[in-house]
Amino acid sequence: MSEIKQLEDFIIQVRRDILRQVHKVNSGHPGGSLGCTEFMVALYQKVMERKEVFEMDGIGEDLFFLSNGHISPVFYSVLARSGYFPVEELNTFRLINSRLQGHPTTHEGLPGVRIASGSLGQGLSVAIGAALSKKLNNDAHLIYSLHGDGELQEGQNWEAIMYAAGNKVDNIIATVDLNGQQIDGATKDVLPMGDLRKKFEAFGWEVMEIAEGNNIKKVVDGLEHAKSLTGKGKPICILLHTVMGHGVDFMMHTHAWHGKAPNDDQLANALSQNPETLGDY
Amino acid sequence: MKNYTYTEKKDTRSGFGAGLAALGRTNPDVVALCADLIGSLKMDEFIKDNPDRFFQVGIAEANMMGIAAGLTIGGKIPFTGTFANFSTGRVYDQIRQSIAYSGKNVKICASHAGLTLGEDGATHQILEDIGLMKMLPGMTVINPCDYNQTKAATMAIADHDGPVYLRFGRPSVPIFTPEDQEFQIGKGIQLQEGKDVTIVATGHLVWEALQAAEKLFANGIKADVINIHTIKPLDDEIILRSVKKTGCIITAEEHNVLGGLGESVARLLSTSYPVPQEFIGTNDTFGESGTPAQLMEKYGLNADAIEKAVHKIIKRK
Repeated sequence: MSEIKQLEDFIIQVRRDILRQVHKVNSGHPGGSLGCTEFMVALYQKVMERKEVFEMDGIGEDLFFLSNGHISPVFYSVLARSGYFPVEELNTFRLINSRLQGHPTTHEGLPGVRIASGSLGQGLSVAIGAALSKKLNNDAHLIYSLHGDGELQEGQNWEAIMYAAGNKVDNIIATVDLNGQQIDGATKDVLPMGDLRKKFEAFGWEVMEIAEGNNIKKVVDGLEHAKSLTGKGKPICILLHTVMGHGVDFMMHTHAWHGKAPNDDQLANALSQNPETLGDY
Repeated sequence: MKNYTYTEKKDTRSGFGAGLAALGRTNPDVVALCADLIGSLKMDEFIKDNPDRFFQVGIAEANMMGIAAGLTIGGKIPFTGTFANFSTGRVYDQIRQSIAYSGKNVKICASHAGLTLGEDGATHQILEDIGLMKMLPGMTVINPCDYNQTKAATMAIADHDGPVYLRFGRPSVPIFTPEDQEFQIGKGIQLQEGKDVTIVATGHLVWEALQAAEKLFANGIKADVINIHTIKPLDDEIILRSVKKTGCIITAEEHNVLGGLGESVARLLSTSYPVPQEFIGTNDTFGESGTPAQLMEKYGLNADAIEKAVHKIIKRK
């Protein structure tokens, strides 16, 4: 089986996990999760160099920080299916006494999670701190982070964007999930952010785009290209063009499924569009 | 009655700077961050000795807290430095999510706490920081009393695994604790043994409490004086032992009486051993411009105020 086919099977199974998690508790954020599935699978299954056993300090491996914590369903599924904790634990998503909190946290000791996120706009600062720590430790591994496009409305991001360029933090690859949607509607209607590419470039970042953020091959190639840009004195930004709700026709191209769970019929419909590949939990 | 004197006054923030510099020499994991206030925080010596371990983040406190949280992930022990107002209120959510809830080993070091920033006025002062920080689960809150104790506390918190809020001030205050006194987080220090009233104080009001106790002694009132340098976790044992002997208590702090040391003590007493309590602190107010001494006088944060409160509470016993 080709490597791409293996990744595609993985992606479909993650989509099923996302849908089933949010359906079971009738809460959570499927839209952004589905849109970022290819990116997350590419990172954990192909791109990142990571250790088998989870260690909080992450010395000697690449690290990932999820800043837009509400897309926890895709994060949890990819972590579980990458071996950090039992896949069956996805059954406990958002339930009482679970390690799988609505938004990720270190508080419950879930392997794979290194920072709490949920309150938006804090992840890039944390990722920069981890990147600085890698430099102090003479650890050549990279830091990856993911941010929502709407999340960039939080001012702290711009403090961090300024810092990273001004201090040549060139071992970080920060990806913006550019789906153009947020809870209240299209980002251009809620708070237009202008030309993000020009903004990042003006702040001194190296910017690249992945035009097909839901094409696994393009995402892997894009991430590999991003890696080649590190170590040259500039932080790297990937503008990842995705479709919110990708893979489920009625969830695509709308903000309606940003934070809403499917009912029984909608779940059946959505799953039928993503037939089981590697086995459900 | 023990005799407390001093030969020198020094600012507590210089104690922080000296402690940080010492850590720079002894603990290779310690790193420092500052938001454009190096001189105010007395971080110069650490920076001179360890330029690679210092991060100037500029006027961007939220980013500073996040970077500090991230640095811990590689095993570093970050000490952040800025004014108390910008160390707490301005970045409460960043501390809450990225540091406290995430259980990160960050030391939030805050200078110019309380009113004693003086002339800059209320925007740069803060009287709520102890409350804000003590309400965060897992946060240790420390408010040392003089130069020596601030230096010792700075060094001690590097060995404590978990987030810490370390609060100190701007003006020079008497140095009266021994240079070699061990700093034990969460353990109050008995300064005077008395039987008539308990005075627990924190920060530079500990010295004022000692001055008050001296005057009271001359009037035949023997005060039990305790230095509560750690507000959370509170040393329940030393406070309860004292009030069981004296039957009344004064708490003294340069902080709003809502949410500070006094409230922590009141909660302890109400659940364990209720006795009359008087609160020395600011009373639900913002500060204002003035010299530190003028502000201490106006807001009732000195030995005279403590002495008056003692006369009042003894009648309530």
